[in-house]
Amino acid sequence: MKSAVKKLSVCVLVFAFSPASWAIPQIEQWETANGARVLFVAAPEIPMVDVKVVFDAGSARDGEKPGLAALTNNLLDEGAGDKSADQMAESFENLGATVGHAADRDMATLSLRSLNDPSLLQPALENLALSYSQPRFDAEAFKRVQQQTLAQIEQAAQTPGSVAAHAFYRALYDKHPYASPVEGTTSSVTALTPEEIKTFHKHYYVAKNSVIAIVGALDKTQAEALANTLTKQLPMGEAASALPAPQDLTAPQTVHIQHPSTQTHVLLGQLGVSRHDPDYFPLYVGNYVLGGGGFVSRLLKQVREKRGLAYSAASYFAFQQVAGTFIASLQTRNDQTAQALEVAQGVLKDFVENGATEAELKAAKQHLIGGFPMKIDSNREILEYLAMIGFYHMPLDHLQNFTKKIDAVTLEQIKTAYQKRFHLDKFITLTVGNEESKAAVKSEAEKSGK
Amino acid sequence: MSCSRILPRLLGLCLLQSPLVFAAAGEVHEFKLDNGLQLLVKEDHRAPIVTSQVWYKVGSSYETEGKTGLSHMLEHLMFKGTPSHPQGEFSRIMAANGATENAFTSQDYTAYFQNIANDRLETSFELEADRMRNLLLDEAEFKKERQVVAEERRSRTEDNPGGVLTEQFHAAAYQTNPYHNPVIGWMSDIQHYEIGDLKAWYAHWYAPNNATVVVAGDVDPKAVLELAKKHFGKLSPSEIKAPAVRPEVKQLGMKRILVKVPAKQPQLMMGYKAPVLKGSAPELLPDIYALELLAAVLDGGSSARLTKNLIRGQEVAVEVGAGYTGFERLETLFTFAGVPTQGHNLQDLEKAILGQIQAIKDKGVEQAELTRAKTLLRAAKVYERDSVFYQAMQLGTLVTLGLDWRLSDSYLKEIEKVTAEQVQAAAQKYLVEDQLTVALLEPQPLGANQCITEDQPHTGAIR
Repeated sequence: MKSAVKKLSVCVLVFAFSPASWAIPQIEQWETANGARVLFVAAPEIPMVDVKVVFDAGSARDGEKPGLAALTNNLLDEGAGDKSADQMAESFENLGATVGHAADRDMATLSLRSLNDPSLLQPALENLALSYSQPRFDAEAFKRVQQQTLAQIEQAAQTPGSVAAHAFYRALYDKHPYASPVEGTTSSVTALTPEEIKTFHKHYYVAKNSVIAIVGALDKTQAEALANTLTKQLPMGEAASALPAPQDLTAPQTVHIQHPSTQTHVLLGQLGVSRHDPDYFPLYVGNYVLGGGGFVSRLLKQVREKRGLAYSAASYFAFQQVAGTFIASLQTRNDQTAQALEVAQGVLKDFVENGATEAELKAAKQHLIGGFPMKIDSNREILEYLAMIGFYHMPLDHLQNFTKKIDAVTLEQIKTAYQKRFHLDKFITLTVGNEESKAAVKSEAEKSGK
Repeated sequence: MSCSRILPRLLGLCLLQSPLVFAAAGEVHEFKLDNGLQLLVKEDHRAPIVTSQVWYKVGSSYETEGKTGLSHMLEHLMFKGTPSHPQGEFSRIMAANGATENAFTSQDYTAYFQNIANDRLETSFELEADRMRNLLLDEAEFKKERQVVAEERRSRTEDNPGGVLTEQFHAAAYQTNPYHNPVIGWMSDIQHYEIGDLKAWYAHWYAPNNATVVVAGDVDPKAVLELAKKHFGKLSPSEIKAPAVRPEVKQLGMKRILVKVPAKQPQLMMGYKAPVLKGSAPELLPDIYALELLAAVLDGGSSARLTKNLIRGQEVAVEVGAGYTGFERLETLFTFAGVPTQGHNLQDLEKAILGQIQAIKDKGVEQAELTRAKTLLRAAKVYERDSVFYQAMQLGTLVTLGLDWRLSDSYLKEIEKVTAEQVQAAAQKYLVEDQLTVALLEPQPLGANQCITEDQPHTGAIR
């Protein structure tokens, strides 16, 4: 039966992505009269339309008021124009439309899914446009959503994974706007006022600071009309200014946070890179080998498959407007923290020093290239790509060139990129757990200090 | 990509269980092999991909006391190799073929899936057929993986106040019904499994006549049948004995429990005993669809009653939801869950939810809200065609529950028939105090949380 395995590998070798049988979506891009960028892919098969409106109004724009961007975004379904929150919700749902909104560090988004029947789609679009063009920010709604945010912050404080992530960003970014939690802190959110929300909205929810992504059963003319409906009430405004570049750490940091949990959450990391970094592909492919590739990644193999120390162990880059994070994380029973930490650190060190092997690179390329069709097999996923490509000003042929760029990555490029970017002597070692894990981390720090 | 063998969260706070809604987009082709294996194929030619899923009729509700979580443990071990594909090969081969693959266990089923390019379907069938009958179940691998499952339980339950509440709530609400036990199993059971338990569980349930293969995507049904015959057709069937029948004893009055764990946020769960399609007498079936609509009227969006009246309106909850599905194997619960606002406590929230229930019992629902709920369900049926995986999952769920997959076509028709009077009657009949269980999470101090000890700088945190 060994031959079966061999046969499969051969099949992989001869596999090449065949454009003849299937077209990678062609993105059309244009600007509305007032300067909103629009990206569109026609998907005629299902009688529905997905829309995502993205503003450069994530928490990186909070300034001195952490939570401002998220609260603004959260208030967009709480009433606009002459419609109360109840009326707004009813008018979407009477049409069978579903809406959502979200904010992260870079983006503030609104999304809509509707049937493509114009008698349903058009009023849904108008309703959506109203929600971010003329939000009411009533005092009563403000207070309510502020309370909800404070509850969300409490929930994060009882969740060790969130406690760890927040502390990691704080340690890594220090005074940079990425440092604070997207939803803010109890004191910062308590201090926010409706006036601040209005000012923030006026500044950032403008056409030139927006990207519209559209996927659905529409032709180009219909998509243009759709984009106009979504933007015609927006002032032109200005694109948000460039974010400052985060500074690399100058010394290692070991942080422990006491939490009454049975597991210790371990985060190891440093600054990552921006979406535009020339080393994007070598870092991405390399991380598949290191800790992004699930069961075939080195981290999961060493921590889980070989030793049974954790359920999940992974590493990832958050590619953002400016340098995002690189984080390797795992969770393990408190008393195993020292051992798990040592294994994870060993995996990192070896990878940064020696890079990937030829076999690993081949396997990574096979997976990333062979798995590409599954990354764009639904309207929802294509919509996410459009929003990302538009927002981060990535090339419009990103999808067309994705497999080529993966295939071009060499072992040398990976090794060079990791050696250039990684400073293991200035890493953050962060743990959230009980007394046992604190002792483990202490002894690690002492060992390394010798 | 998720690097975990996943366990769906069956009940929780933000889950606000959406009712299982069914699509009738592509035609479904049904086949049965001589050894009893059932094969369902649904065509969707939008992209050159396929989802291939193998569903076994076994889950935590098939388990016995002392051995809870065995189905989930076995799911983990299904990745640990066969004589022809030793440990590590399954994931390696799938990864090299670009597949996204994983597995999930619930109360009623265990399922394995690969999302893969359509020209690689044979790889999926070959490896799934192999591990259906030839699993190694090596003791050393088992012992390591048992620790992994214990870690999984710590992440999901022990260190998650909402997870603890949900587990305690189910254990209180269900007395003899095996839904009493958590899908992942109680920690002491996990720690006391022996390899023999797993071998017996595998031998008992993993056979072609207890499995359904569901394939959806850019495929030709006849070619899929041929591939299935080639790989699964040669497997021998087993004698499958039905799981022990252990219906819930009649609940004789309201139950209430307190759950005290370190946490910041109080939480409430409530559940009323409710019927499911499976095994219900034909005259009860309209009740089940009426309950699905009742859940939609209460929690089918931001304009539904709970959000409109309790989050806005009375401002008694920061989160609140209701959930019900008639698509489970055994008697279930119509649930409510929520978090009170700072100015209110759990008792206020409970009272407010009971008030919403009473209002429907007394005054019924408005035609406009019923129409809206139906409109949303109809639209959802179109939207779900965007996910090939979800379409396959619906078929697999139905068949594995022992229901006719054609229910996926008739679901909306049944929903359309439901009247406002039926929704009111369902509330009156099922949301009754004697059948209610209430669980309250009372937060205990988190201790020294947030006291950051920082040792820096050190020269070299990594050795």
